[in-house]
Formats: sequence, structure tokens, C-alpha cells
Amino acid sequence: MERLKPNKTAALRAAFPVTVPVMTGYLCLGMAFGVLMKTNGYGALWSGLMSLLCFAGSMQFVTITLLTAVFDPLQAFLLSVMVNARHIFYGLAVLDKYKGLGKARGFLIFALTDESFSLVSSVEPPAGVERKDFYFWLSLLNYLYWVGGSVLGGLAGSLITFDTTGMDFALTALFVVLFIEQLKKKENRAAGLAGAACAAAALAVFGADNLVIPAMVLILLTLLGGRKKQWF
Amino acid sequence: MVLTPIQALCIILAVSAGTQLTRWLPFWLFPEDKEPPVVVTYLGRVLPSAMMGLLVVYCLKGVDWLAAPHGLPELLSVAAVALLHRWKGNVLLSIGGGTALYMLLVQAVFA
Repeated sequence: MERLKPNKTAALRAAFPVTVPVMTGYLCLGMAFGVLMKTNGYGALWSGLMSLLCFAGSMQFVTITLLTAVFDPLQAFLLSVMVNARHIFYGLAVLDKYKGLGKARGFLIFALTDESFSLVSSVEPPAGVERKDFYFWLSLLNYLYWVGGSVLGGLAGSLITFDTTGMDFALTALFVVLFIEQLKKKENRAAGLAGAACAAAALAVFGADNLVIPAMVLILLTLLGGRKKQWF
Repeated sequence: MVLTPIQALCIILAVSAGTQLTRWLPFWLFPEDKEPPVVVTYLGRVLPSAMMGLLVVYCLKGVDWLAAPHGLPELLSVAAVALLHRWKGNVLLSIGGGTALYMLLVQAVFA
């Protein structure tokens, strides 16, 4: 490994503890993904390849079903756009934070998952650590956990005797904590509660499989509607 | 149905392209050397907290509230995360404690 400059190692040291909850969740879910791929006839190389190229947790589970059905790449493309449509809002939300970050920026955008977005939008780099390096390590560590977990699952998933059921709750817990952190700030409270309410309404009306796009539309309408009235 | 390796690769590339499109689109529409419209800046300010609210709901979308155990493991564990977080304010403790409780509940209590 090439020698890291002091401020880069400081960025890594600052980023690592922040990513520990993601590590727990990604390793568990990544391994579950690898095991499921394996039982459908796709070994560790395939899991690793898909994780390297896609880096999209829930969509990769959906992709397993596409890999075991009639060959239809157009459907695969459209489905992944729909399932991942929420990323469009993440991009809008970090447009400003990802400004002027040079070469790292492309990778940061490539790796903008739910978890990377949540950390980037909630955690500020400590003093003395460059924004660019901090976000880079957050995103790279998350990427490595996910790829590593999927390969491990494909290789050794069956060897695990420890019952990991429920360990992926770490990601839910992470979102709950970051949501609370957002609600603590008075200026974010209304928008946070509106987001949760819109998503809950979309879930109630459209069901678990089709909640993302209606929820996004509702959130957009609510946020835009409340703009002039300064609700948020 | 088993796909050929080339077909499987095509599916993976299609999924990757779809995912990447959703990640790059905002950055293509609003390049960094141009000032985005005011409404986009406004959305950039209010979206993070709204999306955290969506993500919490999204994570709990699979819970069946009508059938036993009526989402109790999830509700209790989310409450534990919130209480731990209010009490100590330590992110890792809140997440670790909530996850441990959830594992205990789904593996031993409501198994």
C-alpha cells in the first residue's frame, strides 16, 4: 500500500469510527447476498463483480431474481432506475457538499448509497481534515465492506454457525440515529417529519413494493408547497 | 431458467447503468461550475432530513403490523435506539444496543 500523507491518515482515522455501523450492516447484508447468489448458482466471483459494478444493496437482491428469470436487460435497467430513484434526491441534497472536490468527486457520486448519503449529510469532518478526504474514506470504506461481504458470503457463507439473524438491523438503527440528529436541529425538524409522514402515507396506499416513487413525489410536492409559506 | 454468462453480465451491467443514472443525474443537470436555480438550493437544504425520514420508513416497510408479533421487535428496538441516544448520545452505543436487542427479540423472544 502506498504511503499515506499525514492528513490522509487523519481523514481515515476520523472516517473509520463513523462507518462502523455501516460495516456491521454491509458485512451482514453483503454476506446474505453472497449466500443467496451462491444458492442460485452464482459463486463468489459473480457476487463480487455485481457488488463492484452496482454497489446498490436492495437492488442487488432484486437482481438475483432477474438472473434466474427470462433474459430481459431492458427490464433490469428500468427496474433499477425505479428502485434507486431516491438517489436522485441524494444527489440534489449533496450538490453543494460535493462541489470542488476534484478527482475524488466521480467516485463519491458513483458510491452515493443510502448509507454514504446519510453519513455525508449528517457528519462534518473534524478540524484539520479535508472535506474531500473525509468523504472519500467514508465512501471507500463502505464500498469495501459491501464488496468484501458479498465475496465472503459466496465463499464461506455456509461455514458461519453463529446466528446473525437480525444483525442487519444495524442499518435501520443507523438511520434512526441520524434521523434523530436531524430532528434535533430546529430548522430541519419539519422537513424530517414531513419526509417520514409522506413515506408512511405512500407505504399505506401503495404497499411495500411500490413505495419509493410515490413517496418521492409526495415529499417533493410537500416541500415545494411549503416553500412560500416557509414551513421548512 | 439459467442465463449464459454473457447474459448474466448484461443484466448486471444494465442494473449498474440504471443505478448510476440515478446517482449522476443531478450532477449532470446542475454542473458544479454553474449556480443551480434557487429552488434546487432550497431542496438541497430541506431534502436531507426529509430523506432520513423516508429511509427510516423504508427500512420498516417489510413489517407486517397485522400479524403477530405486530412489529413489536422493530418498535421496541427503535425505541431502545432512541432512548439510548437521548441518554448517552453515543452513536455506536445507540446502534449496537438497539441491534443487540433486536437480535435477541427475533432470535429468542419472538422466534
